[in-house]
This record gives sequence, C-alpha cells and structure tokens, in this order.
Amino acid sequence: MSKHLFTSGHTACSGCGQSMAARLVIDTAGPNTIVANNTGCLEVFSTKYPESSWEVPFVHSLFENCAAVASGVEAALKYLGTKDKINVIAQAGDGGTADIGLQALSGMLERGHDILYVCYDNEAYMNTGVQRSGLTPFDTSTSTTPVGIKSTGNVRPKKLMPEIANAHAIAYVATASVAFPMDIQRKVKKAISLKGAKYIQIHVPCPLGWRYEPRLTVEVAKLAVETGLYPLFEYENGILVAKRQIKPRPVEEYLKVQGRFKHLLNNQEELKKIQAIADANIMKYGLKQEAAAAS
Amino acid sequence: MKEFLEGSLAVAEIVKRCKPGVISAYPITPQTHIVEELANFVAEGELAAQVVNVESEHSAASVVLGASATGVRAYTATSSQGLFYMQEVVFNIAGMRLPVVMTCANRAVSAPINIWNDQQDSVSLRDSGWIQLFAEDLQETVDLHLMAFRIAEDKSMMVPVMVCMDGFSLTHGIETVDIPAQEQVDKFLPSYKPLYKLDVENPMTLGPLVDPEYYMEARYALQQTLNSALDLIPKVAGEFAKIVGRKYNGLVEGYHLEDAEKVIVAMGAVCGTVKEAIDEFRAKGKKIGLLKIVSYRPFPAQQIYDLLKDVSKVAVLDRALSLGSYAPLAAEVKAAFFGKKKQPQVISSFIVGLGGRDITKGSIREMLRLLTTKELNCEFIDLKPELVKEQYE
Repeated sequence: MSKHLFTSGHTACSGCGQSMAARLVIDTAGPNTIVANNTGCLEVFSTKYPESSWEVPFVHSLFENCAAVASGVEAALKYLGTKDKINVIAQAGDGGTADIGLQALSGMLERGHDILYVCYDNEAYMNTGVQRSGLTPFDTSTSTTPVGIKSTGNVRPKKLMPEIANAHAIAYVATASVAFPMDIQRKVKKAISLKGAKYIQIHVPCPLGWRYEPRLTVEVAKLAVETGLYPLFEYENGILVAKRQIKPRPVEEYLKVQGRFKHLLNNQEELKKIQAIADANIMKYGLKQEAAAAS
Repeated sequence: MKEFLEGSLAVAEIVKRCKPGVISAYPITPQTHIVEELANFVAEGELAAQVVNVESEHSAASVVLGASATGVRAYTATSSQGLFYMQEVVFNIAGMRLPVVMTCANRAVSAPINIWNDQQDSVSLRDSGWIQLFAEDLQETVDLHLMAFRIAEDKSMMVPVMVCMDGFSLTHGIETVDIPAQEQVDKFLPSYKPLYKLDVENPMTLGPLVDPEYYMEARYALQQTLNSALDLIPKVAGEFAKIVGRKYNGLVEGYHLEDAEKVIVAMGAVCGTVKEAIDEFRAKGKKIGLLKIVSYRPFPAQQIYDLLKDVSKVAVLDRALSLGSYAPLAAEVKAAFFGKKKQPQVISSFIVGLGGRDITKGSIREMLRLLTTKELNCEFIDLKPELVKEQYE
C-alpha cells in the first residue's frame, strides 16, 4: 500500500468532505510539493502542534494570505532554480478564498505565479460555527443567516468564484466534487502539468454544517452535481473545454437530505428559485446529456 | 567609496549588496524610491533577486514571509498605513522566527491623512517581536541595514529586523555616504543558511496550531531572544567596525554626556538637529548632552540607566503618541529608573514634529527652556496657538 502524503490521525469530523479531497489533491501532486494553507478547518484539524498530518513541507501563516505566501515560496524556488522540480499548492476554504482571501488570490492569479490554488468549498465558515460566506448558496440556513418568520436563509446566490478566477486570463480553472475522486485526480494532474496560475474549486460537503448523516457525504456531493447546482467544468486559457454532463434531477432531491435546506421543502416559491439557479447552470455550461445522436 | 546620494538610493545600494533573493513591496510615499531603485538593479542584471510586485502591503509582507520560510533572504520596505496594513503579518513573521529585513520610512498615520514624517508607524508596532533600529543620518541608515541582515540571521536570533529611517528627511535627503564595498559586505554577511525551511527532502510543518499547553513557551522564547539581542547587537556592531571601519554601539549613542547637566533623549534624524543645538549651547558653556536611542526594540533600559543616572534633568523627545497615556519613549525612559537609587531630578516629556512639523534648533531651545524642576508630561512643542484656539472655540 502506498503511503499517503496526508496521513490519518487528524481530528476532522467523521464524514468530512474536505479531508477526503485534501488527501486526493496532495497524493496526486506528489511528494515534490510545498503547501501553503490558510487558516481554517483543514489547517486546524491537521496541524495541531506537536503533530502534523502533512508528509510534505507545509506552511500556515494567516487566514487570508496563503496565495501571497505561496507567491513568496514560488519566487524563492525560482531564485534557487528549483521551481521546475517542485509544485506549489496554495489552499483554503471558501471563506478564505472568496471573501477574506480574494485580494491576495487575485494578485497571485494576475501575476501568473506557477501555483495551483485549491479552494475546498463547504459553503460556509465551518471552523467558526457555520456562518455564511460568499460561497454559501441561496436560501441556506446558517448561523448568521438563520431561518425565521422574515427569513428563508441566505439572501444571495453563490459568488461565481471560478468565473472570477477565469477572468484573470490564467492557464486553468476547474470545479470538482469529492463525489468524483478520479475526476479530482485527473484535474490536479492536469493543473500541475501546466505552467502558470491554476484554480480548482472542490465541492466538499460538511456533515456538521449541512446537517446530514456523515455516511452520506459522497451521496450529497453527487446530488449537488446531478441537480445542476454544482456544475463541474474546466477552462483552459479562458475557454470552456469540458464539463460533466448530467441527466438533471430535481433540486429537491439534493435539498431534502440536508438540514440546512429543511425549511424549503414545503415552500414552492423558494424551491422554484433554486430550481431556476440549477436550470441556469445547466444552460450556461451545457450540462444536459444529449440523447444519443440518431444515425 | 563615498557617494553623494539620496537616502532611498543609498538604501537600495546597500540592500543590493546584501543580495536578497526575494524583494516584495507595494508603493507608498515616502518609501517608494527604495524599491524602484532595487527593481532597476534587477532589470539591469545587477541583482539576481525575484521582485514580486504585489497588490497590497499585506501581500508584500506575506510574500517575504513565504520566501524566508523557503530559506531565502527576503526584503521589503513600507511606511505608515502600509506598515499598519501589514500588521498581522508583521507579528506573524516574528512569531514564525523568520529573519526578514524591512525598511520603514517613518511617516505619520491617518487621520488626518499626512504623508510627512513622524514615528507613529513603527512605534505603534513596538510589541510585534521585531528588532527596531532607528537611524540618525544616511551613513547610519546604510550601516544599520547591513547589520540588520546579520543580526536577523544570527542563529541565536532568527527574528526580523525593521530599520527605521525618517521619511523625507532621510529617504529623500541627499548626503555623502560611504557604501561598504561588495567584498566588505560579503565578508561581514555570509550567504543565508536557514535553521529550517520548507524543503521537499525534509518535510516540516511551519505555522502549526498551538494550544495553551505550548503557546506561552513560544512567546517566552521570543521574549528571551529579543532581550538577548541587547548583547548581540553591540557584538555585531564590533564586527562591523573591524570589517567596515565605522564604530557603532548599536543600542545607544551619547553626545557630550560626560559632564551634561541636561540631557535630551531622542531617536532618529532629529538627533542631528539636537547635536547642532548642543554645539551652540556648549560654545556658550552650557552643559547639554544627547542620548540617542538606536535600538528601540530591544529597549536598552540598563544602558539608559547607566548613562543618565547622574544627570540632573532629562528631556525625552517623542515623535509619536500613545493617545490617552504617557508618550511612548518617555514612559520607557522613566521606567528605566523606577525603583532605582539614583535617578535624574526630573524627566520631562515633549512631543515634537508630528506629521512633518519642522523641528528647528528653536524647537530644541524651547524644550530646554521648559526643562526645569517642574516635570512636564507630553508637552507639545511648536503648537500654533491660533489653531489650537480655533479648535476650542
């Protein structure tokens, strides 16, 4: 059995999607990789002194600066003449990426550093107790967007973070899901084979924050993709080159298995709005599986 | 070789000779000329550094953090709001024990916005774990930069150093300076060999989560290290004198202290004006002296005690405030005498030159006129009475 570069013994919750994805990413990138990690669940549950789950060099500085720290690592490797042999990965959660870390990330992407940035998207600030982030979906119940007489949860849809990354005219942008591990491996492999800045955003369900049974993580992740709510696609040099096609399932199938959406199940009006978000994704990225062409 | 140079360009010259591998900064007046000139050196192939032009000071500090963690000598420069925007990274660099060197072109802080010189920016970050060295003139600025790398990278230290140079008066002032030759620099400052680094051959986790079981010892170690810099800095200055020829103490400098009855305590470029004023007083037979503080962190309390214990009257000149309390430098000078048998009869505290207000020999004379047996606290010098009156009416 091959040794993992992200080892067991860390303190993630059972069913944590982020820990599964993080291991896939680093195992794919391989031992010649330096990781810069923002503050967040992943850093907290994997590096509590004097232990660490990381079998690669790993640096954590602050909540919002992994993209800039990684830029410094990359510049230092260039100076030392070893960059061609070493991958640099910057990684963070959705809040560390799309909110507080967006400026540093934009700088890193725009400067074209040879770095793979990975955003583990569990759609809220889980480390601090499920507060909404810029990547929290529409109508989600979180601790700062609670449901009430006058509230159906988060009032805005997810920030289009992959599109923002893509607007920096970089080598590669992809979305992925922990439901499709081989797809994550393929995308990471592709990303590190390309020079320049790369961005991969991985959907990583959180049993605690999303309120579902830990055994369902992969199932929940799969439903997000199959309903069109989490479209999987790839941009290379700004051009959409691939997408995972689906036979779209109604959004209720995804929503009903999670406590964070429980309040919507008898609310046709809100369900329609969420279905419209999925439909728009399906249209925009051409996700609908075509019937076999008649010969 | 002696050259007639603008301060910023002199700093760039010495930083070039220190051969940093990574330089990262963000434009802010009055710092910008330094990194512009370094970028020129790189563009002309005179310096083999990677220049990372970032989108903010927060990222500039983060880039040099990442570079230093990768085992490469790293340099940044900033000022005022830029330093404040870096603040959490500044603390982080010290806590991670990374020997980054930074130039702070001292400038007032907003509001009101003001691009001119005082020392509120670096003084406000005195608790960050960085060594802070304040320069009086361009020669000292240049020499402190070279010593800064050597001090930071000493295996007993591994802490960052901030060289503080007053904005405009030093960054834009032009003086004759002797930039140490490359051979001298190479002899004094060997290439950087990190104690630990991000290395794929020997993977290590830097910046882990540390719980109450371990946190205090990490902070204790940093405190002990900063204190021990009081021994190291003069040693490094001694080696500097051997190789480069100029003598410094590195912590404090006395000017006519031997028989002084009144002594001014100050940091930075204002010391030049104070020295000129002292020369005039001395010519008239008045026994005035200066105690210049070079190392603000670590704070040389013992040296201050030793040099001032027999002085009758001391005037501490602050170019920063700790709003709502004593002036920062004055409070610490006073603390150096607390509980001691010998102490000056009076230690008065004066605020001068905020936001670029000129400090003239007249300002110094006024301060000395007010230095009587009556102790003054935060006495502002050179206030305009008509403006003060306007504000209260």
